Amino acid sequence: MASSSIRGAIGALRRSPGLAVLSAVSIGLSLFVLGMFGLVTHNVDVNLRHIERRVEVVAYLRDDVSGQLLEVLQNDVRSFPEVSDLSHVSKFEAMRNAMQDLEEFREVFTDLEMNPLPASIEIQLKPEFRDPESVRRVAELVSLYPFVEDVQYGREWVEKIYRLRRVGGAVAAVLGTAFAIVASLIIGNTIRMAVLSRRDEITIMRLVGATDAFIRRPFLLEGLITGLGGGALALGLTYLTYLVMDGSLLELSWLPNLWAISGTLAGGALGLLASALALRRHLTTYV
Amino acid sequence: MIKLISVYKEYPRSGLALKNVSLHIRKGEFAFLTGPSGAGKSTILRLIHMTERPSEGEVRVSGFSSKQVKRRDIPQLRRRVGMVFQDFRLLRTRTAAENLAFAHEVTGGKRSEIKAKVQRLLAQVGLASRASAYPEELSGGEQQRIAIARALIHDPVILLADEPTGNLDERAANGVFDLIREINSVGTAVLIATHDLDLVRRFSQYRVLELADGAIVYDTLHSDGKQ
Ligand SMILES: Nc1ncnc2c1ncn2[C@@H]1O[C@H](COP(=O)(O)OP(=O)(O)OP(=O)(O)O)[C@@H](O)[C@H]1O
Ligand SMILES: [Mg+2]
Repeated sequence: MASSSIRGAIGALRRSPGLAVLSAVSIGLSLFVLGMFGLVTHNVDVNLRHIERRVEVVAYLRDDVSGQLLEVLQNDVRSFPEVSDLSHVSKFEAMRNAMQDLEEFREVFTDLEMNPLPASIEIQLKPEFRDPESVRRVAELVSLYPFVEDVQYGREWVEKIYRLRRVGGAVAAVLGTAFAIVASLIIGNTIRMAVLSRRDEITIMRLVGATDAFIRRPFLLEGLITGLGGGALALGLTYLTYLVMDGSLLELSWLPNLWAISGTLAGGALGLLASALALRRHLTTYV
Repeated sequence: MIKLISVYKEYPRSGLALKNVSLHIRKGEFAFLTGPSGAGKSTILRLIHMTERPSEGEVRVSGFSSKQVKRRDIPQLRRRVGMVFQDFRLLRTRTAAENLAFAHEVTGGKRSEIKAKVQRLLAQVGLASRASAYPEELSGGEQQRIAIARALIHDPVILLADEPTGNLDERAANGVFDLIREINSVGTAVLIATHDLDLVRRFSQYRVLELADGAIVYDTLHSDGKQ
């Protein structure tokens, strides 16, 4: 029974190869746009994560803090669940960094009788806690220590990065849905044509007592094959674009395997779903 | 075996096609369904085949009741009820043998059985030598024989025929009719809708159900008591 529906689906694809190719290509193009979006999103993501690593909380210390208290503070902060790493920057190191970073002021610094720059500890957060909420919480906790004079963190910076990713995600979701709908309509139409071209057979099948499932199966299979074909095509096109763009224009990284595989499978699932919906509308007409 | 109990059938735009029809067809019985055009003959056959459901009343066919039957049970019912039409309804792109094999295959028949079964059926309808002919290469009578063979593929308890000889000349019609009588003689019940009154008169030994305007007006089985 399974083999006969496979033959049915292949027969249908062979009988109207133009139509099948056309719908696979349109699904492929729709998913290709999605693939490009995935590529951009992925690369923005990779770069954002890079930038995010610089999101840190800096606690400036009073000059009179003792080595012992400093030890306590460092141990405490290290044990926060949000914190991945921290480093102590002494007054001397702060001065040295300042002289390196701000060369034109070197003279000014050298002339000073005493070092005005405070010592600090720089706190790095774990990736999953780099959202505005967590950053603010850590900053507030640290500021509670009496010998912490001031706490600074790239608050706006953090929020901007965060918002950018959310907007990116939303745009991808909206575009993805729109293209999925377009692809579904195309598959649905192809299946409708296939049902129409086989309506004599369907009528006879109903007449002699074939089950609904049996009648449906080759059409579902056709949708699945078309969808998978479209998905594979989209993957190929996306990879081609990646090859062309990488190096010549930008440094790109290729999509994670999971994305590539699930994108292709999504093509298949889309094909299956769209043909199931089309069958619900068009198969009931032939009783 | 087949029972219509106070059946009413109303079509959306054309009103009542059947009014309070009750009838009973027993195992192995042979009956004609006659009446003028539009009387409701085809409607009765479609109700038995469950392509239509009664608006009121109940249709019982070989253990299935129109009141309980689910959509997914209907294929099983159709395998027990063979149906043929005036216009044969064969697949033009398949040979005689392939038309039979198709019906066997799409109803879950075993592939290993197909060949033997198709050959047996072709022999039964007297067309063993025309197995590889396409419908357009067959005469009307021959096409109807193939359609009948297809209807027999699951050894149905009843054969329904809607004007089976309506498109045939007299000789072909007689041949097809004789075939149907043969099928009946080995135990399959037969219900033939026809307005060929000559045919009905020639075989006066068979039961005749006469319809007029959606109601049974005459039934030879009960005629002694009624008229
Ligand atoms: N699918 C349908 N939709 C609406 N009305 C229908 C439908 N089928 C039949 N009818 C109506 O129901 C009535 C009975 O039709 P039916 O086809 O059963 O008659 P019949 O006895 O088979 O006629 P004929 O001898 O011409 O084949 C007619 O009035 C017809 O117009
Ligand atoms: Mg009729």
